Amino acid sequence: MTDIGSSRPAAQAFELVLDKGESRVAEFEVRARSPLQKLQHFLHANPTAVPAIVLLLSVAAFGFTVGPRFLSMFNLSLIIQQVTIIGVIGAAQTLIVITAGIDLSVGAIMVLCSVIMGKLAVTIGLPAPIALVVGVAAGAGCGVLNGTLVTRLKLPPFIVTLGTWSIFFALNLWYSASETIRSQEVAKIAPLLQALGTPVNVLGARFTYGSFFMLGLVASIWFALNRTAFGRHLYAVGDDPDAARLSGIRTDRILFSVYVIAGVICALGAWTLIGRIGSISPQAGQTANLDSITAVVVGGASLFGGRGSIIGTLIGALIVGVFRNGLALSDVDVLWQEFAVGWLIIIAVALDQWIRKVSA
Amino acid sequence: MRQSLGLIAAFALALGSTSSFAADKSIVGLITKTNTNPFFVKMKAGADEAAKANDVELRSFAGKVDGDNESQVAAIEDLIAAGAKGILITPNDSRAIVPAVEKARAAGILVIALDTPLDPPNAADATFATDNFLAGEMIGQWAAKTLGAKAASAKIALLDLNVNQISVDVARDQGFLKGFGIDLGNPAKIGDEKDARIVGHDVTLGSEEGGRKAMENLLQKNPDISLVYTINEPAAAGAYEALRSVGRDKDVLIVSVDGGCPGVRNVKDSVIGATSMQFPLLMAAKGVEAVKTFASGGGKPKSSPGLDFVNTGVELVTDKPVGEMPSIDSAAALKKCWG
Repeated sequence: MTDIGSSRPAAQAFELVLDKGESRVAEFEVRARSPLQKLQHFLHANPTAVPAIVLLLSVAAFGFTVGPRFLSMFNLSLIIQQVTIIGVIGAAQTLIVITAGIDLSVGAIMVLCSVIMGKLAVTIGLPAPIALVVGVAAGAGCGVLNGTLVTRLKLPPFIVTLGTWSIFFALNLWYSASETIRSQEVAKIAPLLQALGTPVNVLGARFTYGSFFMLGLVASIWFALNRTAFGRHLYAVGDDPDAARLSGIRTDRILFSVYVIAGVICALGAWTLIGRIGSISPQAGQTANLDSITAVVVGGASLFGGRGSIIGTLIGALIVGVFRNGLALSDVDVLWQEFAVGWLIIIAVALDQWIRKVSA
Repeated sequence: MRQSLGLIAAFALALGSTSSFAADKSIVGLITKTNTNPFFVKMKAGADEAAKANDVELRSFAGKVDGDNESQVAAIEDLIAAGAKGILITPNDSRAIVPAVEKARAAGILVIALDTPLDPPNAADATFATDNFLAGEMIGQWAAKTLGAKAASAKIALLDLNVNQISVDVARDQGFLKGFGIDLGNPAKIGDEKDARIVGHDVTLGSEEGGRKAMENLLQKNPDISLVYTINEPAAAGAYEALRSVGRDKDVLIVSVDGGCPGVRNVKDSVIGATSMQFPLLMAAKGVEAVKTFASGGGKPKSSPGLDFVNTGVELVTDKPVGEMPSIDSAAALKKCWG
C-alpha cells in the first residue's frame, strides 16, 4: 500500500495466477476457408457469376455434343433472336421481383398492347407512330392499374396481377374479336410496327433491331439499378420495406412507379413481338408470364426480393434459349426438352439458396 | 343447420323456378375448349344462329385454357342442374371428361361431341367432326403431286401442336405423312417414323410465335428443308416468317389444316401452298338441330357410313390445283372460311 503512484503495483501472491489466465476480451473466430467456401463467397458477392458460368458451360457442352451446327455464329445469334421477347419481358419482371413482387400480367399487357397498335395502325389506319405511342400509353395504363391496386389497396402483387391478367386478356380478345392481323397487311400498311424484326448481318451472325433494342434496354435498366438513387431504393424496398420507409424512402411511390415502368416495357415488348412474328395475334404471349419468371429465377434473382440483377435475367433467358435450341438440334424429343428446363429451374433456385447460406 | 337447410331449399326452389320458366324453350349447352381460339369463336357464332333459327335457348361455356378439364366438368354439372336437353362439347380431355358426360346422359341429356371425339367415341351420343386424318391426307397427297419427282428427295419438317399427342394432332400429322406416301409405323403415334426424308418434328402450341421458333430450330438441323407440314395456319404463318428471314420463303412449300380466313388469305398470297378447310360453324349448327330433333321426340343422330362420327366435311383449298384432286381456290374459300 506504499507505492500508490506507480503504474503497476507489485502483484500480490494471489494475483499471480491472473497472468496465466485469458487476457483477450472478445474476437471473431477465423477459420481457414475451404476452396468450396471461397467459391461460395465469390458467388455471393457476384450474383451474375452463377448464371454466366452455367451459360458458358451449357454452350460448351452443346458445342461438344452437337458440334459446329450449334456453334456456328448464325445459330448462336439465332438463339439471341429467339430470346428477344422474353429478354424484354423478363426485364420488366426483374424490376418487379426485386421489390419482392411478381407480375403475372406481363404477357397479357404485351398482347393487349400489340393488338392496340395493330388495330389502330392497320385496321383504323392511323399513322403508325401514333399507334405506337398509344400502345405504349396503354401499357403504362395497365401498369397504373396494377400499381394503384398494390400500393393504395395494399393487395398482394400476386393476387392483383392474377386478376389483371384475366382483365387485360379479356380486353385483348374483345378488342381484337379474336382475329389475327396478317403479317402481309402489317407490312403493307404499317411497316414501322415490324421494324424491330429487321435483320442485320454481322460476320455470319444475324441479329435483328429487336436484339439490339433488348441489349439497349438491359443496359439502361442496369444503369438505373446500379448508378441511380431510384435503383438503390428499389433494392432497399425489396429487401426490407419497413427499414426503407424509416430511412425516408417513399416506398409506395417507388412501388407504383415500378409497375408503371414494367407496363411500358411490356408495351415495348409488344413492338418486338410484332417484329418477330410479323403478324398480330391475340393468341400470342400465352407463355410469356411463366417464361419471364423462369428467366428471372434462372438468372439468380430471389423471389423474396432485394436480390437480383438485370444482366442475370438476360443470361437466364439465354440459358433457357440455349437449352431449347441445343436439345432440339440434338434430336431430343420435345417432351424431354420440357423435362430438362424444369430441372434447370429447380437447380438454379437450389444453387441460389446454397449461395445465400454464406450470410447466414 | 336449420338455416343451411333453408338456404338449400330456397336454392332448390330458385333452380326449379328457373327451369320451369325456361321449360317452354329447350336449353342447349355449348362447351368449347376455350373462348379465345377463333375456331371456337366461329363455332359459337354457328350455334348462336342455329339456336335462334330453331327457337332453343343456347348457354355457352368454355374452358379457361386448352386442356382445362375442370371448367368443362363444372359446365356439364351446371347444365344438368338447369335441365338442359342437349350438350354440345369440344372436350379438352377426351378421356377425363367421360364420367361427367355419363352423368349427363344418365339425366336424359343428348350429348354430342364437336370437333374432337371422346375416348371411347361412343361415350357421346354422337360426334360431329372434321375427318382430321383425311384433312392431313389431302394436303399430303397435294404436296406429293406438286413436288412430283422431287418428292423422293424431299426434306420434311413437321410442326405439331404440343407434347400431349392428342387425337387431332396425331390424326393430321399421320394423315399428312400417309398422303405423302411415308410409312407410318404406329399411326397412333407421332415421331416413330423411320423415313430419312423426315428432318424432324417440333411443337408450336398452334401459335405464330411457336411456329417461327420451331421452324428456325428445324432449319438449323437441316437447312435443306423443302416441305413443311403445320398443324394449323397460325403455325404456318410463323414458319413462313422464319423462312423469309433466311430467304427461303420462295422455294419451301408449306401446307396446313384449318381453313380460317387469315389462313385462306395466306393461301392467296402464296404463303401457304394448300390447306384443308374444316367447318366448325356447320358442326355447331348441325349439333343444335340434332338437339332440337331429339327434344321434340325425334331420334339421335347417326354416324356417317363407315365412320364412328358424323363427318362435317373437309375441303382442299389451293390456288395451284393438281390433276384429279378436287379443290377450291382461295377466292371461293374466302366466301366460306370456317362456314
